[in-house]
Amino acid sequence: MDIFLQQIINGLVLGSIYALIALGYTMVYGVLGIINFAHGEVLMIGAMVSLSLLRLILGFTSDLPGWLTLLIVLPITMAVCAGLSYWIERIAYRPLRNAPRLAPLISAIGMSILLQTIAMMIWSRNPMTYPQLLPSIPIDVWGSGATITGKEIVIIVVALAVMCGLLFLVEKTKLGRAMRATAENTQIAALMGVNPNRVISITFMLGGALAALAGIMIASNYGNVHFYMGFIPGLKAFTAAVLGGIGNLKGAMLGGLLLGLIESLGAGYIGDLTGGVFGSNYQDIFAFLVLILVLVIRPTGLLGERVSDRA
Amino acid sequence: MLRETLFNRLPRSAYLWIGIIALILMPWVVGASGGNYWVRVLDFALLYIVLALGLNVVVGFAGLLDLGYIAFYALGAYSFALLASPHLPQQFETIAAAFPEGMHFSPWIVAVFSIILAALFGIILGFPTLQLRGDYLAIVTLGFGEIIRIFMNNLDRPFNLTNGPKGITAIDPIQLFGISFAKPLDLGFIQIPGLYLVFYLFLLLAISVAIVCLHLQDSRIGRAWIAIREDEIAAKAMGINTRNMKLLAFAIGASFAGVAGVLFSAFQGFVSPESFTLWESIVVLAMVVLGGIGHIPGVILGAVLLAIFPEVLRGIAQPLQQALFGHVIIDVEVIRQLIYGLALILIMLYRPGGIWQKGGNNS
Repeated sequence: MDIFLQQIINGLVLGSIYALIALGYTMVYGVLGIINFAHGEVLMIGAMVSLSLLRLILGFTSDLPGWLTLLIVLPITMAVCAGLSYWIERIAYRPLRNAPRLAPLISAIGMSILLQTIAMMIWSRNPMTYPQLLPSIPIDVWGSGATITGKEIVIIVVALAVMCGLLFLVEKTKLGRAMRATAENTQIAALMGVNPNRVISITFMLGGALAALAGIMIASNYGNVHFYMGFIPGLKAFTAAVLGGIGNLKGAMLGGLLLGLIESLGAGYIGDLTGGVFGSNYQDIFAFLVLILVLVIRPTGLLGERVSDRA
Repeated sequence: MLRETLFNRLPRSAYLWIGIIALILMPWVVGASGGNYWVRVLDFALLYIVLALGLNVVVGFAGLLDLGYIAFYALGAYSFALLASPHLPQQFETIAAAFPEGMHFSPWIVAVFSIILAALFGIILGFPTLQLRGDYLAIVTLGFGEIIRIFMNNLDRPFNLTNGPKGITAIDPIQLFGISFAKPLDLGFIQIPGLYLVFYLFLLLAISVAIVCLHLQDSRIGRAWIAIREDEIAAKAMGINTRNMKLLAFAIGASFAGVAGVLFSAFQGFVSPESFTLWESIVVLAMVVLGGIGHIPGVILGAVLLAIFPEVLRGIAQPLQQALFGHVIIDVEVIRQLIYGLALILIMLYRPGGIWQKGGNNS
């Protein structure tokens, strides 16, 4: 039983990170109707920038408590990534808004490679260890043998808090209304006095900030960073967004959490289920299977209402 | 003036013959001036032409973005590696018993097999996504490429099928009509080195694929693809079965990659998951985009340029940095990635038709 509980905990941690990234995909898809291929790279740059900042601070003093150091690093990193995301949109997407569908996809891929290469040049080709600032001593959960660390609790709580904040922003504020209007119909939103370019830029920046947060979480969770680290989480978060219904914020959150759970339960039990033929090194396959299944059975996702095949 | 008159006087067929003779002499000239290393580069350039033409059917004609294209190449390469190397008989006794002289399937049989296999996988992958928007296909193929790599890397346990990251070695060389392409062919008056033979073989393949592509382009199917690319709803209204047409493009592109994969593994004699990373898919995509999406001569040009470019870069960037700074500051591989990334963005922004785009009023 403790294995089950343990996998649930791991799944929640993974899932809340996926949800944060998925929100970025889904928001951009909502307003522009495109998949932001460079989103995973924003996450990676976030992790890298935060690593440099942490090294800088730890170089001056190591007396600060871990949470305070992170609290200083977090807003700076999020601002950097919001800026990066803004420029990605300005360079790779905006000039191509009326081009054939293929064009923004290809330019985004180019952007993604460019960012990876730049990260490789500035930081390193090799994985670097990420300082552990939050308590990682396992705490026993209800005496069941399953454990959770302080770090993991922080990840889940922060992710949930940020998601609630975002929901509030989109559902209750003026800016959120403008975003929803742009997502509904850009032209008519413009006629109603919304500046679509501004809304799109803000959407990208929000997505970038969330990706930065997710990047820091992934880096602290695994304890290392790598120029390639954005690719797989990006792919999975996209799956999460599709699972929940792309374009739908609550869907992205639900999809992220579900995918995290599916993945960790799958990885935990695949060895037993297949008699040891497949091990947990096949963990990455679950997300893909989920993606294919969703696309076959219910392409609009769990909470999506919009038809996804408009041309 | 002289040039003009000379060009006007020559009949069309003369150009054809000059071209053929130049291509026949090419490995000899390159081999004599640059050594076997550059002939190998040419051989690979030809394989890349086949890959790029295949991807062009998917991306260029049908307008679908395939980001896991190299996975089909991997399917072909591993098919041949498994069916024509000592690996399987060594691992499984039943196979060793069934093939007492070792497994040595002909590349041609395996090529047919992998055409079918790759096309099948293309259809399986395309089926759930092709009714949806193109973006989904891009992500699903991206994921598929990654999955294939995970399988190649991990299927050495519990039974050793792919030998994991170490890859499969001692793959049979290419054989055709009893002629081995691994050793020189003695024609009595002249000896043709194996690398040159491979060049001719790959050249034939590349030319046939190009001809197939040209015919496809002008056929009913090709026109249907272009109609879908330009406006899917209008194409549907004209009575085109868009889903089947897209599946067909996807399967044909995949099968070209399958054949190229078989020849790659026979030529190399060794396959490992490293050759089939996402980066390779991006390289082939860059060839198509740089050369000219949907324009066959452009795609061929793109493939040749980008296949030779890293070698030239290696020859220039490294010594140049040595001379300027005394040591290598930026790795050649990094420069290459930087340039590819930039090229994809800049071409899309400023010259979406590629460097050799189609003439006329084509968008």
